[in-house]
Amino acid sequence: MRWLADLVLGMRLFLRNWHAGELQVLAIAVVIAVASVTTVGFFADRVEQALVRQANQLLGADLVIVSDRPFDPNWRAAATDFELVSTEILRFPSMVSYRSDSVLVDVKVVSAGYPLRGELRIADQLHTVDRLAAAIPKPGTVWVDEKLLTRLNVSIGSKIELGRIQLKVAAMITQEPDSAVGFIMGGPRLMLNQADLLKTGLDQIGSRIRYRLQFSGQSTAIAAYQAWLVQKLIPGQRIESIQDARPEIRSALERSAQFLNLTALFSVILAAVAIALAARRFLQRQLDACAVMRCMGTARQQLLRIYGVQFICLGLMANGVGCLIGAIAQQGLAFWLSQFVGVELPEVRWLPAIQGYVIGFFLLIGFAMPPLLALGQVSPLRVLRREFIAPKGNAAFAYLLGLATIGVLMIWKAGDIRLGSLVFVGFVVAMLILFGLVWVVIGLLSRLQSVGVSWRFGLGQLSRHRWSSVVQIVALSIGLMALLTLTLIRGELLQIWQSGLPVDAPNRFVVNIQEDQLVLIKAFFKKHQVDEPEMHPMVRGRLIKINHREIKSADYPDDRARRLVDREFNLSWAESLQKGNQLIQGDWWRQGSGIENQWSVESGVARALNLKIGDELSYDIAGHVISGNISNLRKVDWDSFRVNFFIVSPPGQLNKLPVSYVTSFYVPPEKVELINALVREFPNVLLIDVGQVMVQVRGMIAQVSSALQFVFLFTLISGMIVLYAALASTQDERLYQASIMRVIGASRSQVMRAGFSEFIFIGAFAGLLAAVLAQALGYTLALKFLNVDYGFSVTVWFVGVIGGGVGAVAVGYLGLQHMMRISPIRIMRQYY
Amino acid sequence: MHPQKDKDSETMILTVNKLIKQVTTGESVLTILNNLSFSVEQGAAVAVVGTSGSGKSTLLGLLAGLDQPTSGSVCLNGVDLNTLDEDGRAALRAQAVGFVFQSFHLLPAMTAIENVMLPLELAGNSQAKQLAREALDRVGLASRLNHYPQQLSGGEQQRVALARAFVNRPLILFADEPTGNLDAATGQEVIDLLFELNHEQGATLILVTHDAVLSQRCNQVLKLHAGVLQ
Repeated sequence: MRWLADLVLGMRLFLRNWHAGELQVLAIAVVIAVASVTTVGFFADRVEQALVRQANQLLGADLVIVSDRPFDPNWRAAATDFELVSTEILRFPSMVSYRSDSVLVDVKVVSAGYPLRGELRIADQLHTVDRLAAAIPKPGTVWVDEKLLTRLNVSIGSKIELGRIQLKVAAMITQEPDSAVGFIMGGPRLMLNQADLLKTGLDQIGSRIRYRLQFSGQSTAIAAYQAWLVQKLIPGQRIESIQDARPEIRSALERSAQFLNLTALFSVILAAVAIALAARRFLQRQLDACAVMRCMGTARQQLLRIYGVQFICLGLMANGVGCLIGAIAQQGLAFWLSQFVGVELPEVRWLPAIQGYVIGFFLLIGFAMPPLLALGQVSPLRVLRREFIAPKGNAAFAYLLGLATIGVLMIWKAGDIRLGSLVFVGFVVAMLILFGLVWVVIGLLSRLQSVGVSWRFGLGQLSRHRWSSVVQIVALSIGLMALLTLTLIRGELLQIWQSGLPVDAPNRFVVNIQEDQLVLIKAFFKKHQVDEPEMHPMVRGRLIKINHREIKSADYPDDRARRLVDREFNLSWAESLQKGNQLIQGDWWRQGSGIENQWSVESGVARALNLKIGDELSYDIAGHVISGNISNLRKVDWDSFRVNFFIVSPPGQLNKLPVSYVTSFYVPPEKVELINALVREFPNVLLIDVGQVMVQVRGMIAQVSSALQFVFLFTLISGMIVLYAALASTQDERLYQASIMRVIGASRSQVMRAGFSEFIFIGAFAGLLAAVLAQALGYTLALKFLNVDYGFSVTVWFVGVIGGGVGAVAVGYLGLQHMMRISPIRIMRQYY
Repeated sequence: MHPQKDKDSETMILTVNKLIKQVTTGESVLTILNNLSFSVEQGAAVAVVGTSGSGKSTLLGLLAGLDQPTSGSVCLNGVDLNTLDEDGRAALRAQAVGFVFQSFHLLPAMTAIENVMLPLELAGNSQAKQLAREALDRVGLASRLNHYPQQLSGGEQQRVALARAFVNRPLILFADEPTGNLDAATGQEVIDLLFELNHEQGATLILVTHDAVLSQRCNQVLKLHAGVLQ
């Protein structure tokens, strides 16, 4: 029952140490660490949910089912039982006539409640300011889009003919929430109230109607309903998700999530550093107690158990408090956001609290263990020969445990092995370089001769405690780096990314151009004095075999892969690599013979379908099977809004097949007439307003990034705790030394100057290093994840060095003030 | 170089008048020193004796201006410590006071010579290194200049502390149980050295001890019992 006695003793010592005030700094570090991880976790989770909801706005709902036949009416009734709101939408192509003109439109029949998510915006006239639609078109009226108005040359207020009846055009649709998904397929839009459908007689066309059911509600209810529904789906019915969205939108969403993860990750690093420093201080102060216990016959193992119990007690308590603070803080944050910024966050989920609790323990164990192991090495002789310096052991080696903890946490928190490992590896390499560099610089400090005695004393102090100075400066620079990255660099990166699109980025796509129209379109552009855009051939085909093996969507666990297998691909051919594409593996084909039967594959698709160079892909294109081997993988810059293809072949491989052409170009607002003219002249082509989608995506990113600002506040607090813990970890020693200086007759200003010189150096040097690290990190992120150029930022350096120095002095000043108030005799006696 | 002395304290380096020190712990007030008055002549050796807890160390702290009395005054080298602020007292210490402690109190992160140089450097003495080397030579540690405290034995550490205390040529030296942490033989060596240096420099010595033999070597003995002089 030895361990039970140790448990009781450990708990008793915990209480004693608590009352003696020995555990407070460590407790505060753990509480703040857990609180900030939890707050960020809570908040990130809610923002991520909000992101999903934002994405759902692009879908128009939280859950969408599409079908080629009418739905079982019980489904909507069941949705009500799940406390979900639902609405039904029908879509079919039909002819619309106005005077002698007629055109094929995409009719969308909506009923009250539409849209469940996102905004439907309308305008009263062509080219006027739009507004939020308060309802759906009244019976007897329709809303149409710009394409239809220009194609039929009809104005708002006129009556058009649809099926058996005439309907008044009441407004122009400028934004539809659910247009981002598969927008490339749409013809001109006509929105009709469900009440008018029977009168038109068009409900008879049956087979051509596509039915959509949209649902919205709490995410748990949606999930439950989806699980219930999924078993009832029959062939021809499927759930539509944001995965069906255009790659441009998917990439924007993924990046926002990555930014969030990055923030959570940095709060973990900061928390770890704070805990490591505080644990070191606590155990250093326990050295004498340990030596005495060892003298009294306590075994090394027993000592470890007794202190282990204390840490566990501390963890249980501090983690709980931290979680609570985190929960309260995030609630306040969400309230603030909804009150002042107008962002409503979805409901709280409690998973982040559990995560925060567990992370707190991992950090405490990972970073308290190394100094704890050193405690075991305390010689009982210490009671006879008192030394201030802690037993060194191989502390750096023991911290590997802590480092490994951080690594696991990073990858877990990042939720993305690539991002997590990249940051972790960068972190470790930076640590090693940092330690070496700081070690050398601190060594050089001892050679300084030409400064005053206080400065020499202060700076000399650093070099005399080389090891602890290095730890302090490195810890501080990591903290500052995290802060700089999260505040300045992130902002700059986001800005670069958001403004990354050139002003003349394409804002219109034109699809379905026929081969014989190429010459005419060229002439059209020439006539209107617009640079002729590049025309890309496009054929549609279904992927049927990979390496001679027939594939089915069921073979793939991944959602996206399944969809890719189910759908038709847009394939193209090109002689040279398209602008904005980057070859990441393999070689591009060279002109000449023997270049057929090859594919160039977009890297995201290759990843989803697990394709590698050399794999043979067979496509069924209008009944012909075309096979070829993958000769290279490409990275595509989807943000460019240019026309891009997942699969490209060399010229000659596809050109015997039915082909149409697609292009994208920029139309300045003052030249919209050009579009109307184009549509009138070539009635068969489809025109897509990408600008509208872009506005939606940008708006979403702006909202998310403004929400992120608040998460950084908490990271900032953690950073300050790191600063405090870094200085507090050597505060006892500093107090003692200042006392001796005072006894010997040093004046207040001499003591202060000695202290300040130390702080200024620690802060400014750490700030400088932090700026270097943050820049390097920013550069890497820009290059690897955002595909933007990020250059030198003066602000980062300035803020790093000045902020670090001032911050350290401010925190140090409090300690120094305290030091000047107590009698030096009292401080000296504490040690003896 | 010393502050102007008034006539009365021409020969008195230290004058204590109605000194009271109380500390408040919780709700009770504890009187550590109760109404002490005495004076010490320049160049004298004074032993302060008494049992543990009799207030010896507190008295020493007050005499050196490291602590402030509840009431009463301490005149050191003709200057009333109550009239000085913290920096004034520090300047006085730097100029006229040396210290030796029971547990040495060397700065662990500094070598022997750096420890001895420190008071000189703080006073802005440009020959700090030279003087420190001489002082260490005087206490027999010429070969230990660049050793850190933990590389030195207790006796050696105390000798470094002596060198540090005397290097400034103080008028008055406070020694708080200087042999308390040393064995008898080493303690004897240190005490001999202390008296020698004191004699050489003509400094006043205030020695807190409970060693009866040691107190007999002093010209004056102040016996403290429960905060009162006997």
